[in-house]
Amino acid sequence: MFGKLTLDAIPYHEPIIMIVAAVMAIGGAALLGALTYYRKWGWLWNEWFTSVDHKKLGIMYFVVALVMLLRGFADAIMMRTQLAMAAGGAAGYLPPEHYDQIFTAHGVIMIFFVAMPMVIGLMNLVVPLQIGARDVAFPFLNNLSFWLFAVSAILVNISLVVGEFAKTGWLAYAPLSGIEFSPGVGVDYWIWALQISGIGTTLTGINFFVTILKMRTKGMTLFRMPIFTWTSLCANILIIASFPILTATIALLTLDRYFGMHFFTNDFGGNMMMYVNLIWAWGHPEVYILILPAFGVFSEVIATFARKRLFGYKTMVWATVAITLLSFIVWLHHFFTMGAGANVNAFFGIMTMIIAIPTGVKVFNWLFTIFRGSLELTSPVLWTLGFIITFTLGGMTGVMLALPAANFVLHNSLFVIAHFHNVIIGGVVFGMMAGLTYWFPKAFGFTLSEKWGKRSFWCWFIGFYVAFMPLYVLSFFGAVRRMQSYANPEWQPWMILAWVGAVIIMMGIACTIIQFWVSIRDRKLNADLTGDPWDGRTLEWSTSSPAPFYNFARLPEVGDIDSFWSQKQRSNEQLDDAPYTDIHMPRNTVAGPVISFFALILGFALVWHIWWLAAVGALGVVVSFIARVFNEDIDYYVPAAEVARIEREHEKRKTSAPSSAASDREQTNYVEARA
Amino acid sequence: MATDTLHHGATPEPHEHHDTTGTKLFGFWVYLMSDLVIFGSLFATYAVLMKGTAAGPTAADIFELPFVLVETFLLLFSSFTFGMGVLAMNAERLGQVKAWLGITFLLGAAFVGMEVYEFQHLIHQGYGPDQSAFLSSFFTLVGTHGLHVTVGLVWILVMLVQLSTKGLTPMTRPRILCLSLFWHFLDIVWICVFSFVYLMGVL
Repeated sequence: MFGKLTLDAIPYHEPIIMIVAAVMAIGGAALLGALTYYRKWGWLWNEWFTSVDHKKLGIMYFVVALVMLLRGFADAIMMRTQLAMAAGGAAGYLPPEHYDQIFTAHGVIMIFFVAMPMVIGLMNLVVPLQIGARDVAFPFLNNLSFWLFAVSAILVNISLVVGEFAKTGWLAYAPLSGIEFSPGVGVDYWIWALQISGIGTTLTGINFFVTILKMRTKGMTLFRMPIFTWTSLCANILIIASFPILTATIALLTLDRYFGMHFFTNDFGGNMMMYVNLIWAWGHPEVYILILPAFGVFSEVIATFARKRLFGYKTMVWATVAITLLSFIVWLHHFFTMGAGANVNAFFGIMTMIIAIPTGVKVFNWLFTIFRGSLELTSPVLWTLGFIITFTLGGMTGVMLALPAANFVLHNSLFVIAHFHNVIIGGVVFGMMAGLTYWFPKAFGFTLSEKWGKRSFWCWFIGFYVAFMPLYVLSFFGAVRRMQSYANPEWQPWMILAWVGAVIIMMGIACTIIQFWVSIRDRKLNADLTGDPWDGRTLEWSTSSPAPFYNFARLPEVGDIDSFWSQKQRSNEQLDDAPYTDIHMPRNTVAGPVISFFALILGFALVWHIWWLAAVGALGVVVSFIARVFNEDIDYYVPAAEVARIEREHEKRKTSAPSSAASDREQTNYVEARA
Repeated sequence: MATDTLHHGATPEPHEHHDTTGTKLFGFWVYLMSDLVIFGSLFATYAVLMKGTAAGPTAADIFELPFVLVETFLLLFSSFTFGMGVLAMNAERLGQVKAWLGITFLLGAAFVGMEVYEFQHLIHQGYGPDQSAFLSSFFTLVGTHGLHVTVGLVWILVMLVQLSTKGLTPMTRPRILCLSLFWHFLDIVWICVFSFVYLMGVL
């Protein structure tokens, strides 16, 4: 009846998991209770869950990502604590089978359920606004993508209390992840969570690729697009070309596990290196899917706060395109030790080093934008400066790893861990924090507290170096990754230092939470009434904050890079007083949440081999999708009078605001200094 | 709030849909290209594993070319009939569109039926997908194509229902065009399967 699922699947004997589960249950119950008490369910369902508004979907991506960041960070601090304790024969407090699940969950959660949704969330929020569109090309698919991602996050969290998670490392290398060596359900949770969210990501990639190519406003040629849109375009090309490889690879592993096939097994002609090749043919483009949009954020932030057009716009674009292409011919550097031969290794080593050139072009573009600009040291700028320093260092250790000869020594050591945290924290995390701070007012209509934002930055910046520089040092002593304890007591001081770094990063996360709290409390004082709090350069700042659901009352026309900026310079231009017209908008959809709900049931049932339930889930997905394609009531028109009313309100708020954006900011600082 | 979606007062009067056919077709092309990457991964896996027969049968031992040739012609001919259906749609002949789609469905169903028979026959002989890496990759590559054709068959049924209830509308037209792309795409993939798996396997 319930397949492999019995009451034994709940780990009663693991006090840590039970405490976490209890906290989650209490928190969840409190949230559900509050929603019921304040009668917010209908509002949540009508305004958010079924919404096809790209801005709301972007916000929801970020909410889930921030919750998952807490979970992923909890894993991180548990690992660091274990390693600070387990020296010289000591066992620490985490048994190996639990420790293995934690490092796997940490990697999976941080990449798939924190970094990806932040990047995709930011694209959702910003890209349609930057290209002067009213929505994405396929609004229903956009909602479906979000929910497929969200139910996968739920599936990962279910694995915490029902059963176990994979103990294989975040990429579940075969044959370790095969049924012979991982007979439990951990790898199956990994499989279905990634498969479901991966399909959502592919749909997002197609959606935004088409949106950017087909829905740009009048006059916005490709080489007038803002850099963030350019980097998003390239990231989406990478998604379209690489996520299907992940889908196929995971499907093959699934067939090995569920039907006894022999793709990646040791025997019957299977080839385990095929798995590693396939997974990295997706995996390397994946890291550029994460970092390219972060590059885009930094470009926008630097140009805005240096009050200067980005230096070398065209070289920035071509560098991005070059990285996009190169990212597909470097995957083998993740396993030089496979033994592919000197020539193959040399090719992939050289290709990897070549990526440093376009990346270097970008770094110099940012530096030259600052040069002779009037840089304002706001918190997004601090994140950007921290990024330039940290990412450059991380890039250099990457070039070291790209040398096959050196790589044979460094492979699987803590050097690798230090390197990729160096570029992911220094690049993606800093980028997403900068982007979050920069575009927050566009999403919510008020700015975030600068004071707490800067505190968060300094904690993350310092915490990163304290946490990860010791790992570089330890790697030279021979410390490897994924070890639960170590014999050499001389490593312990470095491990404790790394733990201290993790604690400093934790303070950074706490600062961000306080930042939200303080900023929401002071939202009236920090209100962005003009829609343009930073004196911005691109189209998203030309509409009100928060942007109306139709984004633009009249679709803007573009004649230049940074056209909103040049439009502001010609401020005494004749105002457009053409009458408003009816605006065509997509209707909300229940199909997205419903299809994804059945996908969750399907995934859970397949993990536990509950075949009848899997049939119910699969049938539910198909039937609810077909029901959707029979629905013709999918769009409507906003009457021009309604547009006029909303725009009049915005104009009224605008005139009540202080005359310029700069004085607006001074007022903010004053309020904060007083607080 | 200006951010709240409009729920009332919206006028569902007859109008041109904003999602133009061009955008939908372009999006579907992009989807097909991503699907092609899945097939590419499976072809690459087959290429790597085709020699991994683990002392079991090789490609030459189990493939029956005449049988597969019939399958191939069924699918090729179904592409032709679908093309006739699209021409009929352009000529505004609803009855003919439905008739051609019906014929396409029968041909596609016959193809899938033959493939199921082939698989069942192989498993019955003891050459199931769990017998060797070669057989795993063969069943998976060919089966993935067959699964796509099956999805296409369901889609044809849905379109037949929609054509009967709604006729040729701005909603059904782009769907027929997308389905046509999908169907021809599967045909092209099958040409690769036929050449690369069956022909080369027997050579």
